[in-house]
Amino acid sequence: MMHILGKLTLEAIPYDNPIIMGAAVLMSVLVLVGLFPLFYYKKWTWLWKEYLTTVDHKKIGVMYIFAAGLMLFRGFIDAIMMRTQQVMSVGMNHGYLPPEHYDQIFTAHGVIMIFFMAMPFMFGLFNLAVPLQIGARDVAFPFLNALSFWLFAVGAVLVNLSLVLGDFAGTGWLAYPPLSEVAYSPSVGVDYYIWSVQISGLGSLLSGINFFVTILKMRCPGMTLMRLPVFTWSVLASSILIIIAFPILTVTLALLLFDRYFGMHFFTVDFGGNAMMYVNLIWAWGHPEVYILILPAFGVFSEVVATFCKKRLFGYTTMVWAIAVITILSFIVWLHHFFTMGAGPDVNAVFGITTMIIAIPTGVKIFNWLFTMFRGRVQFSVPMLWTLGFLITFSIGGMTGVLMSVPAADFQLHNSLFLIAHFHNVIIGGVVFGYLAGLAYWFPKIFGFKLNERLGKCAFWCWIVGFYLSFMPLYILGFMGMTRRLYHYEASTGWHPYLVVAAVGVAVILCGIAFQVMQLVVSIKNRHHPDYKDTSGDPWDGRTLEWSLPSPAPFYNFAHVPHVHDLDAYWSEKQEKLNHPDTKHVDRSYEDIHMPRNSMLPIIIGAIAFMFGFAFIWDIQWLIILSGVGLLVATLIRSFDYDLDYYVKASEVEAIERSLGR
Amino acid sequence: MSTTSVTAAHHHHHDTEATIVYGFWIYIMSDCILFASLFATFIVLHANTFGGPGPKELFSLPYVLVETFLLLASSFTYGLGLLSAFKQKQAQVIRFLLLTFILGLSFVLMEVNEFAHLVMEGHSWKSNAFLSSFFTLVGTHGFHVTMGLIWMLSMMIQVKRHGLVRITLRKLTTLSLFWHFLDIVWIFVFTIVYLMELI
Repeated sequence: MMHILGKLTLEAIPYDNPIIMGAAVLMSVLVLVGLFPLFYYKKWTWLWKEYLTTVDHKKIGVMYIFAAGLMLFRGFIDAIMMRTQQVMSVGMNHGYLPPEHYDQIFTAHGVIMIFFMAMPFMFGLFNLAVPLQIGARDVAFPFLNALSFWLFAVGAVLVNLSLVLGDFAGTGWLAYPPLSEVAYSPSVGVDYYIWSVQISGLGSLLSGINFFVTILKMRCPGMTLMRLPVFTWSVLASSILIIIAFPILTVTLALLLFDRYFGMHFFTVDFGGNAMMYVNLIWAWGHPEVYILILPAFGVFSEVVATFCKKRLFGYTTMVWAIAVITILSFIVWLHHFFTMGAGPDVNAVFGITTMIIAIPTGVKIFNWLFTMFRGRVQFSVPMLWTLGFLITFSIGGMTGVLMSVPAADFQLHNSLFLIAHFHNVIIGGVVFGYLAGLAYWFPKIFGFKLNERLGKCAFWCWIVGFYLSFMPLYILGFMGMTRRLYHYEASTGWHPYLVVAAVGVAVILCGIAFQVMQLVVSIKNRHHPDYKDTSGDPWDGRTLEWSLPSPAPFYNFAHVPHVHDLDAYWSEKQEKLNHPDTKHVDRSYEDIHMPRNSMLPIIIGAIAFMFGFAFIWDIQWLIILSGVGLLVATLIRSFDYDLDYYVKASEVEAIERSLGR
Repeated sequence: MSTTSVTAAHHHHHDTEATIVYGFWIYIMSDCILFASLFATFIVLHANTFGGPGPKELFSLPYVLVETFLLLASSFTYGLGLLSAFKQKQAQVIRFLLLTFILGLSFVLMEVNEFAHLVMEGHSWKSNAFLSSFFTLVGTHGFHVTMGLIWMLSMMIQVKRHGLVRITLRKLTTLSLFWHFLDIVWIFVFTIVYLMELI
């Protein structure tokens, strides 16, 4: 007979593992500390009305980045545990982690950092900047935007829940079969993996569609495609990649689920299954995914470098074309992730060459940034420091990538720590530095005050020094033959000293993160101080439309829809005013503004989607049916609701604008 | 002033509906990739019967041909329904939607019947990789059609309740895109899964 809770019993809680129980206690304490002020100041209604049910892109952006910060912390703790384990687990000593727990940690680290740190951080920046940059009052589909966020949140909750209820996959972050099949991974770990990534991936797909349509359909008059800010261009390219790549991920994970749950044979060893098809499918998504993440970072650097060198970006047109070329090329290189599959020299050669070709448009970008700085008036602010750190670090990471694109070399380096060093080199040096630069850059626009520069610089130096200490030894270890995901090794390998250096590097990065927390605390404390407060709305003397608005921007963004006549629209407007100081023209006539209503449906659909995933993970069949019907009903409720928007009265707009000093 | 803002608002609504239709096109494109992945999977695995019977022994072309004509006919009747919607003929729209619904439902029932027969004869999705990919590809299409049917029911109610206004017209347009898209996907299913295996 079926148990009413499926496979879920009290034994699913790992009481016997003190590390997991300690982590659970720590998480609970953090949650309670976080919730305490809400109880104390009775802020629940405020939270519900202003954030949880909002459809405002700026607030959704803030929630994305807040969640990404929490998940960065979680993923980083995993990194610390791996590094310390590898320092200790040499020779006679086997470290402090049981092997099956260590497997889950490296899997969770990868999954969290890509899906639940980088992706939400990226969508956060999309939300904060894109509508403001193109002169729009919101994204094309505000309701869908909120739904995307809550679907992401469900995935994040499922990953964290797996820590205390059951276990997580121990398969590596892409869950290759046959290891991830029921025969070899019978626990719920892989199911947690499938459902957390599947549900949040659906949110990502919806966001991709949303921003694609926003950029193509919601631009203000005069904002032609070749006048788009480069960040918005990069978001457009990233969205195209999401729209094409994420359905492949959806299918791949669904097929793995069907194998595990319905006993199908897509990737099984027996019954005609083909595990290599999974590897092909997952990388047909996975390679575009790395460009989904890096292109917006390139966009941030383009904005930052132009703003802080007080020059128009060098080679705007080539920058746009480089983005477009990378977008296309990213779909024809996926096989370089498994040259060792044995597809033969011809196939490997083709994919090796396409991979090398990607270095060309990327190189074009690097030179564009360098030439923007050349004879510019460079201001070494925090976003600019991240950009400089990126230029050097990413170039090194790019070159080791080209090195591995040679199939013959890859046969030596495949699955070694050289690979690990390479992709951390481009992901930390590119994606993380880029997003942190973007956060420092747009922070005052969203919150109305700047972040402390000094602590930001301390954080940057810790991050970059820590990065080189952590990952340069990994290149050497790769050459010495150390493979990835090793639980234990012999002292005679000579690897130990390098792993100690790498662990020291992680400690230095930890200091960087501590500085960032301090920076946030100090800046929030001093937010009304004149050194921090952004009264002008244009703290960096910016070039694009978002800086023409007050900080923080009113909920409708633009009282008057701007008309754009040039690239760097706001900069040329400011130049115009400098040249003709007499023609001071302020438009005092306001009109009603059409806005979408807040809705509680996105968070409710998220809650039902959570139950749906949870029910599949633990095989609770009545809950699968109930929540499946629930999803359908919620969709119909939305479909039958025709009262979705309202008008902000012109008089109200005028009052708000006056209170903002406009 | 008030007249200008009303026209501006009207214009804005017009834009909103166009944007939604455009967004729906993009969703359809992503769904296209989803089906493309499933087709690729089927093509890779179609010969992996693991010693079991293949398509020639399992499928009946005349049966699937009837299914095909049901679905093609439903696309035609939906097109007629949309034309009547643009002519503001409400009762006619609902009649055509109902006809389309019946045709679509017959298609789904025939497919369920085909699946049930296969499973009862011992050829389920658990038998081998070929059947896993067959049930997944054809079943995913069938699931889409079923969702389309539910949407169509809801549209009959919404048209009855609100008439042929801006929002219902836009929804009828997006449902039309969805329905014709599923028809096109089915033509590929019919060709690749059935015709190419049987002829």
